[in-house]
Amino acid sequence: MQFMLLFSRQGKLRLQKWYVPLSDKEKKKITRELVQTVLARKPKMCSFLEWRDMKIVYKRYASLYFCCAIENQDNELITLEIIHRYVELLDKYFGSVCELDIIFNFEKAYFILDEFLLGGEAQETSKKNVLKAIEQADLLQENIDFQMRLFAAPS
Amino acid sequence: MSPSVPLQEMIRAIRSARTQCEERGVIQRECAAIRAQFRQADNGGRSHNLAKLLYVHMLGYPAHFGQMECVRMIASPRYSEKRVGYLGAMMLLDEKQDASLLITNSIKNDLSHSNQYVQSLALCTLACMGSAEMCRDLAPEIDRLLRASNSYIKKKAALCAVHIVRKVHDLGELFAPAARSLLAEKNHGVLHGAVVLIIELCERNPETLERFRKTVPDLVQIMKGLVLSGYSPEHDVAGISDPFLQVRILRLLRILGHNNEGASDAMNDLLAQVATNTDSTKTVGNAVLYETVLTVLDIKSESGLRVLAVNILGRFLLNNDRNIRYIAMTSLQKIVGTDHNAVQRHRGTIVDCLKDQDASVKRRALELSLALVSASNIRSMMKELLLFLSSCPAELKAHSTSGIFNAAERYAPSQRWHIDTILHVLTTAGGDVRDETVPNLIQLITNASELHCYTVHKLYRALLTDISTQSLVQVACWCIGEYGDLLLRGECQETEPVQVTEDDVLDALETVLQSHMSSPATRGFALTATMKLSTRITENVDRIRSIVSIYGSCIDVELQQRAVEYNALFKKYDHMRAAVLERMPVIEKNSPGHTNGESMGDAIKDIQPAKMKQGEPLLALQPANQVCDLLDLLGGSEETLQPSPATGPAVPGLLINTASTAGGDLLDLLGGLEPALLAPAPTVPVYENEGVTLTLSCEKQSDTGLTVTLTASNSTDSDISSFTLQAAVPKSVQLHMKAPSGDSLPARGTAKVTQMVVLNNPNKVNLKMRVRISYSSQGSAFQDTVQIDSFPGLNAAGH
Repeated sequence: MQFMLLFSRQGKLRLQKWYVPLSDKEKKKITRELVQTVLARKPKMCSFLEWRDMKIVYKRYASLYFCCAIENQDNELITLEIIHRYVELLDKYFGSVCELDIIFNFEKAYFILDEFLLGGEAQETSKKNVLKAIEQADLLQENIDFQMRLFAAPS
Repeated sequence: MSPSVPLQEMIRAIRSARTQCEERGVIQRECAAIRAQFRQADNGGRSHNLAKLLYVHMLGYPAHFGQMECVRMIASPRYSEKRVGYLGAMMLLDEKQDASLLITNSIKNDLSHSNQYVQSLALCTLACMGSAEMCRDLAPEIDRLLRASNSYIKKKAALCAVHIVRKVHDLGELFAPAARSLLAEKNHGVLHGAVVLIIELCERNPETLERFRKTVPDLVQIMKGLVLSGYSPEHDVAGISDPFLQVRILRLLRILGHNNEGASDAMNDLLAQVATNTDSTKTVGNAVLYETVLTVLDIKSESGLRVLAVNILGRFLLNNDRNIRYIAMTSLQKIVGTDHNAVQRHRGTIVDCLKDQDASVKRRALELSLALVSASNIRSMMKELLLFLSSCPAELKAHSTSGIFNAAERYAPSQRWHIDTILHVLTTAGGDVRDETVPNLIQLITNASELHCYTVHKLYRALLTDISTQSLVQVACWCIGEYGDLLLRGECQETEPVQVTEDDVLDALETVLQSHMSSPATRGFALTATMKLSTRITENVDRIRSIVSIYGSCIDVELQQRAVEYNALFKKYDHMRAAVLERMPVIEKNSPGHTNGESMGDAIKDIQPAKMKQGEPLLALQPANQVCDLLDLLGGSEETLQPSPATGPAVPGLLINTASTAGGDLLDLLGGLEPALLAPAPTVPVYENEGVTLTLSCEKQSDTGLTVTLTASNSTDSDISSFTLQAAVPKSVQLHMKAPSGDSLPARGTAKVTQMVVLNNPNKVNLKMRVRISYSSQGSAFQDTVQIDSFPGLNAAGH
């Protein structure tokens, strides 16, 4: 995967994860153009489009568009499943997730994404394991004792 | 986990801003506060501040002042700060920033941290934004983690290794052994990561691929386990057990089985099993089936399996889900070359998809339909394609028209059908056709001699309805000029007779001449047509004379020049007028004068200086606008191969052809002044000026490759030095100039300079070349440019 964008029906960006190195200016340009292209599509249209030299897979969940850019040899249908899995994870974590959850807890949305995808590829195919890992990491963050005892320990 | 209150308060404040200006104000204040906080010593709120900054960054505001804070936070011993610090690094520090190198050491330390969640942060960041240097530095660490750690870390290390290999290809060798052993793991996450890593390694290195071929039996085992196992709640998605892993393994099998009988045999049964047993009611099942089909079609599978795969695609085509139909057509496109008959069976469905609402589906359907056109179905397919053209989205128009023309050319059942089809396309989408359409159509029309009457009637009628489509108007004008007498005769076998008077015809042409919609080239066509009619009509010759003389003072230089020459034809050379304007001979597709006569024109100028008076006014007709689709040597501006209005050159080209054939006769009379010049000779002179001659010969190396040899010689009495040639070709053509044989041309042609140019024309575009010649002679520098549009030994389209 090259990047994933989440944006609202009004075109406001809610999350952006880039797996390829691009300058800020390029990222802004791509975001702007892609958002416009996807928002212009009618509801019943295909979830896939060819844009520039990439394949774009997008799906709308309530008021949010989830949009991924994949390589030419990647499987589009499984990318739809990846998007769906991410939404399920968010849903489980926040309990019936809505756009506001992602706005006010955007850093957590990123943490969840980083437990599910790494370097643009799925790292864990079990929903349960992803949620468990996040739970543990959250506990770690909360637990002050742990924090006090954290020192870099080269082995 | 409890939310970050300061962050949420800020978000609330920003969202409650009612105008953009207000929002900017809030953000400026917040950023100032954040900057102040960063400068202070360590306080408890550091992670909150950075999180706020990241939010502001996501809204699109500058946040580069946070980069150093990220670096500091990553080095912090607190997990909460590390977490936000690494997130900030992934968002603000990409490999293009210098600050990114500063975190290499922190990452290195964290990779060996005792707590796996800290290790995880480091691995995630490295895999997301690690630069090549960072990757090189940390690769041994990753390899160590691949071998000896728990599965949580191993799966992340595998994907991190994938990123490293993508950045630094040579490091693939380092990870190969570890990747091999990972296949024995039971944990799905690790297996998945291992398979992704192996795919990456095999795609980059053929030797590694050979070594990994031995893993095919293991992979088949794993797949079998997934497909045949019972319900496993942890990995189940709508009845499919771990579809993500299945899809990956199928992809790896595809790579390993490609072009290899043994491996393909080993996976045959498995693929058949997956293809038949996978439930295709949900998207996830279709995803696995899709990958299976792709694999079957790409390896050396047995024919039964191939048929099964194509049938699955056929089922996809009938699926209600638009996505599935789109996927099916994409896959069918890949195999339409090899399994043509199998795909033909689904032609009906594919043609129906042309009417789909979705532009992506339409595009796929168009590509596939064009590939499926054959001699047997040409009539019905063309009907569908023309219907499609009338409602086609703008971005597909150019592609559709060229596809339709190609198909029509290859499979036209009759000439009349062919002409009708092209006319239909011109009326529906004339604005989007390529430039060669006009000369090609003209050539087609001259060849269909029995249809001249029919054609000119049809075109006349089209001209009366609408003069906005330049290509159509140009062809119509040319035909009326050529066959105006047939038009006036009234009766025609193939269409209803209509009375057309000479005034009507001249009215029509004058409308074109005067209309603001007509491009300069079109007006050129109209003027020439009007002139030609002077020999074909009887009563209104004076009217023609007056039209021509009016344009003698036209602002457009091209029109003015033509009008003045035609005037001269009326006044001084009236005795030659009939001969000059007589009916065109049938144009051969491969004749040198077909597309653009400039090169031939130059050559003829040399040979018959005084004899061909009638040729002169025609030769002087230089094309006004060249089809400017070559890289502009002088201006450096790039123009794409858009259809440009300048198809004027076709006309002088055709006229020169008449001159050249007539000239051929003269040459025979004169006896022996290189008659071989006019026959399609392998060596053609393309330039001659001031005693420097350039000839061209070419040799086809392959379907798309061509070697052109340019030979220069000097017939003047002084030596020429620093002789160099530069060449430019259309954008999609690749050019490679070899070293010239030398750079000096001695006087009186005692030695020549040869320059070889290797061209590759993969898109088979119309081949043209512009050559710039520069040299110095007698102390002064000369420079000249010549455009070569036709290459001897190639047909008009350059292939």
